[in-house]
Amino acid sequence: MRRVDAVFWGVLAAVFLAGLALTEVMANEYYFNAMYVILQATIMAVAWNILGGFTGYVNFGSAGFFALGAYTSIVLDKALGLPLPFLILGAALMCGLMGLGVGYLTLRLKGVYFAIATLAMAIVLETFVNNWSYVGGARGVYLLTPEKHLWFKSYIQMLFVAMLGLALGCIAISRYLNASRLGRGLAAIRDDEVAAECAGVPTLRLKLVSTTLMGAMMGVAGAPYPFFVTFVDPLSAFNLFVAVNSIAMPMIGGTAHWLGPVIGALLVGTAQEIITVNVSSELNVLLVGVMLVVFITLAPQGIVGLAQKYWKRRRG
Amino acid sequence: MSEPILRVSGLAKRFGGFVALEGIDLEVRAGERLGLIGPNGSGKTTLINCISGALYNDAGRVVFEGRDITRMAAHRRARLGVARSFQIPKPFRSMTVLENLRVPLEYAAWERAEHSRITDEAMQVLELIGLQQRAHEGSAGLTQVDMRKLELARALAAKPRLLVSDEAMAGLSSSEVDEILGILRALNARGVAVIMIEHIMRAVMGFSERVVVLDAGRKIAEGSPEQILHNPDVERAYLGE
Repeated sequence: MRRVDAVFWGVLAAVFLAGLALTEVMANEYYFNAMYVILQATIMAVAWNILGGFTGYVNFGSAGFFALGAYTSIVLDKALGLPLPFLILGAALMCGLMGLGVGYLTLRLKGVYFAIATLAMAIVLETFVNNWSYVGGARGVYLLTPEKHLWFKSYIQMLFVAMLGLALGCIAISRYLNASRLGRGLAAIRDDEVAAECAGVPTLRLKLVSTTLMGAMMGVAGAPYPFFVTFVDPLSAFNLFVAVNSIAMPMIGGTAHWLGPVIGALLVGTAQEIITVNVSSELNVLLVGVMLVVFITLAPQGIVGLAQKYWKRRRG
Repeated sequence: MSEPILRVSGLAKRFGGFVALEGIDLEVRAGERLGLIGPNGSGKTTLINCISGALYNDAGRVVFEGRDITRMAAHRRARLGVARSFQIPKPFRSMTVLENLRVPLEYAAWERAEHSRITDEAMQVLELIGLQQRAHEGSAGLTQVDMRKLELARALAAKPRLLVSDEAMAGLSSSEVDEILGILRALNARGVAVIMIEHIMRAVMGFSERVVVLDAGRKIAEGSPEQILHNPDVERAYLGE
């Protein structure tokens, strides 16, 4: 194993163990709530970046994938009463399929047209759920928090640890993609699709891998959501803010590097939590907007891009 | 005479009502140097788009090394050994020069490449082209002539049997043209057949063993460079009546 790989896996293990340790020493449930929200945003950002950052297709319909994941787990829970891991798996499959479908859109739609199509997809899904009474329709649906929570002190602690594991898994996949042969193929598509095709890159197949992976990850982020909030309605699940956040976080962190969306999500997510609690929940929406504008104008390569420039200058 | 590696027969391409190419027959033998000339808008780039797979032709067949590739996707043609450079350079801008070459090595030539030596192979191509000093620079910041070289290097990294060079020299100075010509000759000496599309007559006539002339989507002449230079139809196509 290369040294950087060893460091990476070491850090991942350390973070997971630290999360486990927190459940032993920290009693205040609010902190687990807050960290859950940040981790959920991290998965969404990492997922968005696989298509948006690595492959160059902007997805505006992230909320659609997220909500599809949430509703898939509601249906599976209601119909079959499956335990959480199976709900997550089911949501990943469902949203992966949805991603595959969206991938075929790239055959005809590029750039802004693709972005509009993904937004439309989210709206179609929302209309569908609004009129589906089995999952509560527009009224929404209440869920009971399951009583079992393994050896953890409360259900939210268990959800937090599950989400931590999932987020770390997504980060590991994204990092592997970024540096692999597959990742170079995706980058070639982002830079110039025609030239990529002529260099032997099977562009359609790679785009399908990218959209499917993105969809599945977003489904994973959405699947535990119903048990986190215990009340889900289309308005909150399909919230445009979910989509905006999953674009803004990678942009702020830097889209070209796997670390970008992670940094962006941790930074923006934490700031949002602090502002929501201490100032107002309206102001945190403004924060994302302002940060996005500032970064796009002053540092279009994001925080990772700034850091890379700084290192280059110091070395050269 | 050796077997043709590329045989185009009865090829036609229309864009809506506009006939871009009609009844094109073309053969290229292994290791041959073929010049493709014609006035602007005569269909040269459309023809090589149909050969490389960037566009599908409406009628006719394209056969490469005995295989019908008429309906084959561009990336699969690249794997078989058809490579092209673009008239307007299309580097992978987020990558360094070296990484640009990794893409065709890892995709088009993957089955023929030594997987553990990709970087070495990329460096060899860069040395042949004369870009080794730029290997670790970003490709977006290259000069025009280096950008053209990168186009050829990337095409070469796909380990082609046939290279289509689409106006690799347009806008370059006389000495730069000679440099690119030298590269193309070196490639050809390694057994790669070259189709050269060029407006610079000195280059294309000096380079080609055989020249094909297109005008308004049709092939109007074919022959040795001397024959083409003295062909009245070609003169008419370029200069008018």
